[in-house]
Amino acid sequence: MRLLRLIPDNTSFQFMRHRKWSFPASALVIVASIAMFFTFGLNLGIDFRGGTLIEIETKDGPANIGEIRSQLSGLGFGDVQVQEFGAPNDVLIRIVQQEGGEQAQQDVVVKVRETFGETVNYRRVEVVGPRVSGELTTKGALAVLAALAAVLCYIWFRFEWQFAVGAILALVHDVILTIGMFSIVQLEFNLSSIAAILTIVGYSLNDTVVVYDRIRENLRRYKKKPLSEVLDLSINQTLSRTALTSITTLLALVALFIFGGPVIQSFTFAMIWGVIVGTYSSIFVAAPILITMGMTPGARASDKSDAAEADKQAS
Amino acid sequence: MLHFSRVKSFVVLAIVLFGMIATSPNFFSKSSVENWPDWIPGRQLVLGLDLQGGVYLLYQVDKDGYRSTRLKALADEVRRALRPAGEANTGYTGLRVRGDKVQVTIRDSAKIDEARRRLQPLVNPLVSSLLSVTGTSAVNEFAIEELDGGTFEFQFTEDGFEERIRGIVSQSIEVIRRRIDELGTTEPSIQREGTDRILVEAPGLDDPERLKELIGTTASLSFNMVDVSMSADQAEQTRIPVGSIILPSVDDAGPPSYLVKEVSILGGEDLVDAQTTFDQQTNEPVVAFTFNTSGGIKFATITERNVGRPFAIVLDDEVISAPVIREPIRGGSGIISGSFTVESANNLAILLRAGALPAKLIINEERTVGPGLGQDSIDAGKIATVIAAIAVVVFMVMTYGLFGVISNIALLANLFLIMGVLSTLGATLTLPGIAGIVLTVGMAVDANVLIYERIREESRQGRSPLNAIDAGYKRALATILDANITTLIAAIILFAIGSGPIKGFAITLAIGIITTVFTAFVFSRFLIAMWVQARRPKTLPI
Repeated sequence: MRLLRLIPDNTSFQFMRHRKWSFPASALVIVASIAMFFTFGLNLGIDFRGGTLIEIETKDGPANIGEIRSQLSGLGFGDVQVQEFGAPNDVLIRIVQQEGGEQAQQDVVVKVRETFGETVNYRRVEVVGPRVSGELTTKGALAVLAALAAVLCYIWFRFEWQFAVGAILALVHDVILTIGMFSIVQLEFNLSSIAAILTIVGYSLNDTVVVYDRIRENLRRYKKKPLSEVLDLSINQTLSRTALTSITTLLALVALFIFGGPVIQSFTFAMIWGVIVGTYSSIFVAAPILITMGMTPGARASDKSDAAEADKQAS
Repeated sequence: MLHFSRVKSFVVLAIVLFGMIATSPNFFSKSSVENWPDWIPGRQLVLGLDLQGGVYLLYQVDKDGYRSTRLKALADEVRRALRPAGEANTGYTGLRVRGDKVQVTIRDSAKIDEARRRLQPLVNPLVSSLLSVTGTSAVNEFAIEELDGGTFEFQFTEDGFEERIRGIVSQSIEVIRRRIDELGTTEPSIQREGTDRILVEAPGLDDPERLKELIGTTASLSFNMVDVSMSADQAEQTRIPVGSIILPSVDDAGPPSYLVKEVSILGGEDLVDAQTTFDQQTNEPVVAFTFNTSGGIKFATITERNVGRPFAIVLDDEVISAPVIREPIRGGSGIISGSFTVESANNLAILLRAGALPAKLIINEERTVGPGLGQDSIDAGKIATVIAAIAVVVFMVMTYGLFGVISNIALLANLFLIMGVLSTLGATLTLPGIAGIVLTVGMAVDANVLIYERIREESRQGRSPLNAIDAGYKRALATILDANITTLIAAIILFAIGSGPIKGFAITLAIGIITTVFTAFVFSRFLIAMWVQARRPKTLPI
């Protein structure tokens, strides 16, 4: 059987030359993402904004979204979002946080139940009060920052500082682009989104570390080669693996996106985007930034014990 | 790298076998697993509330409410301390609750010492439930400060207040457990969250209203005499008499509110039993209650003295009913009638039997998942996992041939191990947890890809098959570890900070990373070693 080769052997793409456009392009997209974030903001879910989310299933036939909306707007809750969710008789209702503390949120559910009575099944009811939503916001932001800090320490410990900074810049790039995506498509941003971002951090780092490992190895082996050639060589050597892993991960994620049900669709969507961005950033951000940060041949040569070890391995 | 000693081979196979055995109970129904002999592991995956349906309720002690009730009670204690029975009073003025402090001013400056002596016990030392670093295990609930002009000021100490709240949470958990046990239908978990919160999780329940009613009611019962000097309406229009308050009524039969004496004659803590019965004349549901001995005696004396006068039965500052005492009640038992349905009478009986909550609980967060959605999510998760697995398996065979098959066997072993470890740990599987497993399926082959690509490379450089395989595994190891440790760090942080479903995701992700390193690096190497031994290949089919 002839085996599939997505990437031919011994490719020699000159990735580093592309940093002329890849850096400005990344910078532009980052600025655009930040601008998006500040103009459109995030479509925050009730986890962070407080409020009520109710998923109902109509018992007889497809739901009449318009009618449900008008029934609910009569209750005076302010902003009420009603949308079909996964199936024609499945409806998702979002009601903003009410004035008047924790009890006021509870009254919303009681009133909604009175309105629909026995005509619907309640598939999901979530009420998040103002105190908890505030805490969840802090915790979520803290989680992302803590993950970045912990990872920075690990890379710093395992590699030279330029690698650590490069990896973190690539991660920040991925996180900002993911948040930008949430802002552009106004996908609901909730606790699962934080989980998605942290998983993207893990995945993107995984990718970056694989490329960095090879760069480190090649730096020890080819001491005379210019840095950009070593970087190109390393990326080319790992290109096949990068492509394969991205594809298997994407295959799994797409299966989850299509068949995993509407509840985790936004999570999966974010992950798919993150895998694409993470793969891009390992090649076009994390590696070339080493040049920008002045990884010099001199700095490499000073690490004598490493060099000796590399010689031994190469022989 | 390709040599496996007997012991090593045995350990590797034993681990994989463990995964398969530990996973197997999940393929059978719960009832059939219960009949298995004890030596077969019978633990099944615990499904999270989002998969099996159920209610998640997070409550918080109403600290502000508790603070003001407690300060009012402290003011009463101050009054009693300065006017001890059988001794001369210490003259005072301006006793009041002011913000979060209680103030009192002693009139006669010569009596400051006496006042200090009488007030000192009110700091109320509490035995701390926490091990203290400094060695002292007692904290004072209040601190007393003496201001100029003979004024004493009481204030909660920070530790004392926290200790109080801690105690309230423990007591509340007990009360809630008694109340829910009375329902008898669900087996909820009730646990402390942080210092001032209680988390109630009731799997399988899809209508939380009754549960919420049972938990959310303070159920503080008291008997107060009705102030008959005027009606509540009159009092509202003119002036409420000192020592009386207006309380709303929930009884449809009587007036909308009553004027009652502020000091109650008896409290709910003297009750020993409450049952729902039916009134023999009207056939309406009523609640029959029984006092303990001392409560019964008190009740008898009071009813004897007040024949012909009405008294109010008050629950959480609402009058349930206000009957007139027709004759002294000496048996230590009585009946509460009001506008009850059978269910509301049952609820009241449960609440009275289980006792009152020491403070009001406020609901912070509620998440209910109906059984239909849970089942849909399980089905969707299964389909997604199977399809993801098939896609990855086919792709790996297409790319790596025989080695792809080996990595697929490793992948299967990986899935068994993840499920097996989750089942053995009794970890909870949530919907995001399933997503974590699917993601692991996608990423698990990464380690194999790294190794195989390396073997290809080494083989292209002219190494013999054995050498290439050996070098491939050796060189890929550092990369695999680095790549997986970084993801593990993210997973651990998620676990530490996340809650509920997110925690479930972090657990599966973390377990998945560890099993992946084992199956991809050790188990697949073992399989390849077996193949090399059997075939002694001259070229690599890769």
